[in-house]
This record gives sequence, C-alpha cells and structure tokens, in this order.
Amino acid sequence: MSDLFTLSVLMGIIVSGIRLATPYLFAAIGETFAQTSGVLNLGVEGIMLMGAFSGFYIASTTGSLWLGLLTAAVVGILMGLLMALVSVTLQAEQGISGIGLSLFGLGLSSLLFEKTIVSVVAISGFQPIRIPILGNIPYIGDALFDHSILVYAAFLLVPLSIYVLNHTPIGLKIRAVGQNPQAADSLGISVAKIRYLTVSFGGMMAGIAGASLSLALIDLFQENMTNGMGYIAVALVYFGGWNPLGVLGGSLLFSFVNAFQLWLQVKGVQIPSNIALMMPYVLTIVALAFAANRARQPTALDKPFERGES
Amino acid sequence: MSETVANNGHKKLQEVQMVGIVKRFPGVLANDHVDFDVHAGEIHALLGENGAGKSTLMRQLYGLYRPDEGKILINGQERLFYSPEDAIEAGIGMIHQHFMLVPSLTVTENVALGLKSTRLFALDLDKVERRIVDLSEQYGLKIDPKAYIWQLAVGEQQRVEIVKALYRGADLLILDEPTAVLTPQEVEDLFKTLHQMAQVGHTLIFISHKLYEVLSISSRITVLRDGRVVGSRPTEGATRASLAQMMVGRPIIQQYDRPAVVAGEMCLDIQDIYTKSDRGGDALKGVSLSVHAGEILGLAGVSGNGQRELAECLGGLRPVRQGKVILNGKDVTRASPRERIAAGQSYIPEERMREGAIKEFSVADNFVLEDHGKSPYARGIFLNLNAIRSQARSVIDAYNVKTPSLDTPLKNLSGGNIQKLILARELSRHPKVLVASQPTRGVDIGATEYIHLRLLEQRQTGTATLLISEDLDEIRALSDRIAVIYEGKIMGIVYNSETTLEQLGLMMAGVTEK
Ligand SMILES: Nc1ncnc2c1ncn2[C@@H]1O[C@H](COP(=O)(O)OP(=O)(O)O)[C@@H](O)[C@H]1O
Ligand SMILES: [Mg+2]
Repeated sequence: MSDLFTLSVLMGIIVSGIRLATPYLFAAIGETFAQTSGVLNLGVEGIMLMGAFSGFYIASTTGSLWLGLLTAAVVGILMGLLMALVSVTLQAEQGISGIGLSLFGLGLSSLLFEKTIVSVVAISGFQPIRIPILGNIPYIGDALFDHSILVYAAFLLVPLSIYVLNHTPIGLKIRAVGQNPQAADSLGISVAKIRYLTVSFGGMMAGIAGASLSLALIDLFQENMTNGMGYIAVALVYFGGWNPLGVLGGSLLFSFVNAFQLWLQVKGVQIPSNIALMMPYVLTIVALAFAANRARQPTALDKPFERGES
Repeated sequence: MSETVANNGHKKLQEVQMVGIVKRFPGVLANDHVDFDVHAGEIHALLGENGAGKSTLMRQLYGLYRPDEGKILINGQERLFYSPEDAIEAGIGMIHQHFMLVPSLTVTENVALGLKSTRLFALDLDKVERRIVDLSEQYGLKIDPKAYIWQLAVGEQQRVEIVKALYRGADLLILDEPTAVLTPQEVEDLFKTLHQMAQVGHTLIFISHKLYEVLSISSRITVLRDGRVVGSRPTEGATRASLAQMMVGRPIIQQYDRPAVVAGEMCLDIQDIYTKSDRGGDALKGVSLSVHAGEILGLAGVSGNGQRELAECLGGLRPVRQGKVILNGKDVTRASPRERIAAGQSYIPEERMREGAIKEFSVADNFVLEDHGKSPYARGIFLNLNAIRSQARSVIDAYNVKTPSLDTPLKNLSGGNIQKLILARELSRHPKVLVASQPTRGVDIGATEYIHLRLLEQRQTGTATLLISEDLDEIRALSDRIAVIYEGKIMGIVYNSETTLEQLGLMMAGVTEK
C-alpha cells in the first residue's frame, strides 16, 4: 500500500477533482439564484440531461462545439421557463413539478438519443487550455491552469455570482423576493418577473452543466449519464447555505471524494465498488445534516406568492 | 415651501379623490361605492371596525388592488394604478399593518430595495445611507441605517417604514393601524412626527379603529362600516359617542359597571416560572403572579414580551423549565391540559384557530371538543349526540353566537362568533380559574362588548381571571389589578384605580420605578 499516495497520485486526484466539480458548480450556482428568490427547482437533473443531449447532438452534427453549447443553454432556458410557468404562474407544488420536470428530461433525452444518435460515440470536446505563465508553475500549473474553457468558466461563476447577489440592485431584489415577497411587491417589484428570471437563469446553467459533461468532461452522450448529479447540485445549495462560496466548498468536497473513490477503484483497492460509489453520496447526506447554516435560507423558499392579505 | 423630499420627479400631490369605489372579493363586498378625498396638509383618519374595508380601500389607492368600479383622481386628473410602482411614482407611500420589511437585510438595503442605483452595476448603499441620515434628522426619526431589521424593535421598524416612503418622495402617506404595535410613549412620538410632516405639506391618511387616537391626531374623519362610508366630518366637534355610534351602528357602552368584589382566596399562584422561547433563550425569566377569586388580574405589555409563552405554560401547552404553578392548591406545573380542566381551569387561547378550535369541525363538535368523554356527552364509548346538540343549542343561544346551524363548519363563522363559541364552551364549565389570552383580538366591537360583560359577570360569581391582553383599553376597562410584563419579567403590579396611563406606558417600555 506504500505507493498509494505518491505525489503524482495526489496530483491526479486534484486535477480530476477540479474537473469533476464543473457540472456541480454550474448547476448549483444556477440553483442558488432560483432558491434565493424562493423557488426550489428539483428539475435540474432533467435539464442537465437535455442540455447534455442537445449540446452533444448539435455539436456532433454541425461540428461546432460552441453551437452545441449555445443550444444546451437555450434548451436550459426553455425548460427553466417551463418550470417557472408551472411553479410561479400556476403556483403548483414546487417539489412535485420539479420531479416531474426531471423525469420528463430523462425520458425525452433517452427517446431522442435512441431516435437520432442510437449508439454511444465520442466526439472531440473542448480541449484544455494552458494559461500562459501561470500554467508553467510546477505542479500548480498542471493542477489549476491547464483545463478546458468550461472548467474556468464554472469557477469564475463563483465570484461573479457573489458580486451580483450581494452588490447589485438585481441581487438585492432577488434576496428580498425570497425572504419577503410581500415587501418586495409593495415596493413595486414584480415577484413573478424576478422568479422567472432566476429560474430560467438556473435552467440555463443546468443546461450548460449538462453540456460540460457531454462536450468537455466525458465527450459523449449516454442515457441517464448525469446519474443523480442534478439532485446532488440541489443538495449542494443547502449545503452551501445559499452562499456561492459555500456551494464552491461543497462542490469541491464532493468532487474530490468522487475522484478519490474512482482512483481507489482503478487501483483495485479491495472494497466493493458499490460501497466506493456510495461514498460521495453518504458524505453529502452526513454533511447536510451537520451543515445547518440556515441564516441565509430564504424564508419564502418553496412558497408560491399571491398578492392578498399578508 | 419647497419640498426637498419630492425627488422622484412627480408633481406635488395636492389632492386625492376616490369616487364610487367598488371592490368585491369572493362572497364579500369589501367596498361599496366609497367616496373619499384628502388634501395636502391634512391628517385624515379612516375609522371603522375590523373588516369594514379600510385596508382594502387604501390598497386600491396604493395600486395593490384594482377597483372593480369607480375612479381615482390625483390633483384632479384620473389615474389608473397597475401596481404600487405607479402609486409610488405619483407620490403615494403606504405603511402596512404588517410591516413590509425584509428581516435579513439592513435598514439601508431595505430602503434601497427596488430603487435605481446611481452607479452602473453596483448598489450605491453609501449614498442611500447618507440620505437616510438626512431624512431621519429632518423628521426626528431615530434609526441606525446599518442595523439589520431583525435586530430592531417594532417601533424602530415602523420608523424605517416611514423613512422608506419619504425616501421615495411620498407626499401622501397611508398608515394602516400604525399604533397597534406601539407603547403609549411610542404612539406619542409617532404623532409628533405625523404633525411635523403635515406642517411641511405632507398628506396623511391614518387608519384606526381606536376612537381616542383618531380624535387626538386627525383633522378630519371618515367612518366606514360594512364597506360603506357612513359619514365624513371635521374632527372638531366630533365626540367619542357620536363616532362610536357611526362606526358600530348603535350606541356602545362607554364604561362598564364594575361593582366592588372582595377578593377571595388565592386560586392561581404562579411562582417564579421560567420557560424557553421558540428561538432558544428564555421567554419567561422568573414570572410570579397570583390571582384571587372574584378578581380580574390584567397582564399588560407590548406584543412579544412573553405573554404568549406564559399563556401556553398555563394552558399546559409549553413546558415550564423552572418554578411552580399552583391551581386551587394543587401543583399543576407539569399537568396536561386535561388535568388542568379537571382542576377547575378554563383557557381561552390566543390562536383560537390553532389551539382553541378545529375549523373544519362543526359548531356542535367544537363545543364538546374537550368534554366529549364526560357525561352527559358520552354514554360508555359512544357520544350522546342528542345531549351534545341540546346543550350546544342552549349555550349558543345564551351567548348569542350567530351561526346558520349546529352543523356549520366553524371556519364559516366570523371571528367574533368563533370567539363567543369558545368563550361559551369554556365558561359553561363554571371554572374557578379563567386564563384568557387576547380574548377580543380581531373581534368586532359588538362581540367585544359582549365578551367583556361576560368576563365581568364571571368575576361577580367568584372566578379568578387572568386577562392577558395587548389592548391597554381592554385591560383598563376590566382589571382590578394590572401587572406589566416586559422581556419576560414582571415590571410591577398596580391597582387599576390608582395607576395612570403614563405609569403603565413606562413600565411597558421597561422603565422601572424608582
Ligand atoms: N384578499 C382578500 N380576499 C378575500 N377577502 C378579503 C381580502 N381582503 C379583504 N377581504 C375581506 O374584505 C373585507 C374588508 O377587509 P379589510 O379591508 O381588511 O378590512 P379592515 O382593514 O377595515 O379591517 C373583510 O370581510 C375581509 O375578509
Ligand atoms: Mg385592516
């Protein structure tokens, strides 16, 4: 067992941990916006699948990765709008409609896959870009500055979303709408408009999260390839206490445990693979139970808004 | 006088007219052809009972609801408000009955919410903060712009609401029952601010159902009853009696008869009790009170100082952490609600829809909610439906509960009638001790008067009553002695006949006597 933790092994785990955090970051940051405004979107999983499929399909038929990414974003927005229509305008139970959306995304992406691509083929996805100068630093360069554009974008999303949520008028509106929609309404802020905005933004991010799998990390599409990642992303928002920095921490923790677990299996360490596979999920549940930072929890989360006697 | 606050570019609001306003809700005609007008510099009181349609009328002026019929004229021009944004733009601000503040945000953030920033992307909270300080100095509204709303007392939150409206350049300010949550001293401060605002040309609409407040603050009064305007007149020359008559539709009792009763033995003895609040921390920190037979002990205090927790402790709904409760000589500190009933206590809870009754059940079922296991309501394991119905019928008649039938679900009754039913149920047991928590909150004046008379009648027959109420008028009208609670401690106990409003107000604000 002495060669289990050599430097190169550690590097490998770090690099893949950072790569694997990408889809979680996209999806969970997007979901953070939706939840902060008071909408719990459990449809992330389905949107990711549709994003992964549509991005892959367009990229492989047109040959343009960027067109594929754009398609995934648009599909994500459309599915976000559908979620907003059902939960904001029609005021349906958010948990139920989100699960519905997830099943819809799963079914439709599988069906379309069977009708169009049929068999699992790989494409050449977004390639790693080594950042000049920084990329040449020993070890650190390899670990942090030699990734594809989508990985960088996911990490840049964190400071950007902190800025938007905490330091801009629209961020203030989003927080207010999630904490006290009546108050926001009484100041002439349209609660519905803000929630449509955040939920469709969350949808776009989930679509891109899916595409980051099929166009940059795995470079192929398979039925149900997200395998619960969308639900983990929703949990990471709670874990992160509705704070993008916390979401970043949660995503990294999760992806590192995942990378470690994959490596254990590759190494053939004698633990049943099912147990290894379970590790990140068990960890999430345990962490969720202890990470009880509810200070930023939107009080109006999961509650439809209707103007009336408050 | 040029008004510095009108900063959002509208023409100064001189006059508002609401003409023939009709607003319907499913099954309710909330406003029935209401005419209403106000002018700059006026403090106009809108007076009416709960449910008279005051809030509804003003919500239409503020753009929250659209009138079904009628029109709104601002400075003589007809305007349609599609949302509060339009009303704010026209120079109208509203301070709601329930404050519209976001607890997790700071004062400054709450004020800046929904406003355009002067910067390209970022918020300009520093500038907003400076203007808040200016405004609060100009109008004597003390607030700390950096504090979070959840840290503020209710009176402070109200000042934030006023500054919020002024910041948006409100010429007309609607205040919906602004005094309900304040101590007498805070009310005085508020009135000072309002007078000051009226003097510099603001228009104020003051909603209330309290006669003496309306008489002391307003220059004109419009009375609403059942959605209709009963009359509108200058405050000068109006009297309590004449206003009450307009508001209720019949004369009301101005002062109850409270014949002297010699207080008997101690029936309820609360000894130094502590209990936890829902948020952790102690809600009660060593409360001691004793109530004697034939006495009404009033517990006064501003909302949220431990009254609800005390009532729940006495009802057996919340554990007492330390201390003792003795009921008729028996230790009931840890007794269940049922054991307390057996020991001779009746309990009228504050949340009557949550604790005192089941709203989906019928009137008759609610009547036997607690006594269904006892004769004559039960025969073995079966309910004696005939006995239940006949007893319920006679008590309902005696207590004047208006219900279409015994089988009507409780939720279809008005608040006043539900409260009368609970009172009837609790008093029909002839309790030795009665704990009444906010027995007339949200109840119309007619039913309130009726409930008060019944409580006094019980006192006459020797019941020991603990009356917990946030309505100081009610406390003063009924109590023999008055205890004041502040932050979970009793500030003092005084005889009603020997105390003054000022003394009670100071105690309610936590000021101890020297
Ligand atoms: N949003 C609403 N939906 C249905 N009924 C309402 C609504 N708002 C008020 N009402 C009803 O309209 C009537 C007037 O209410 P309101 O204007 O709140 O009275 P007030 O402010 O004078 O106490 C009441 O019967 C109330 O139940
Ligand atoms: Mg009202």
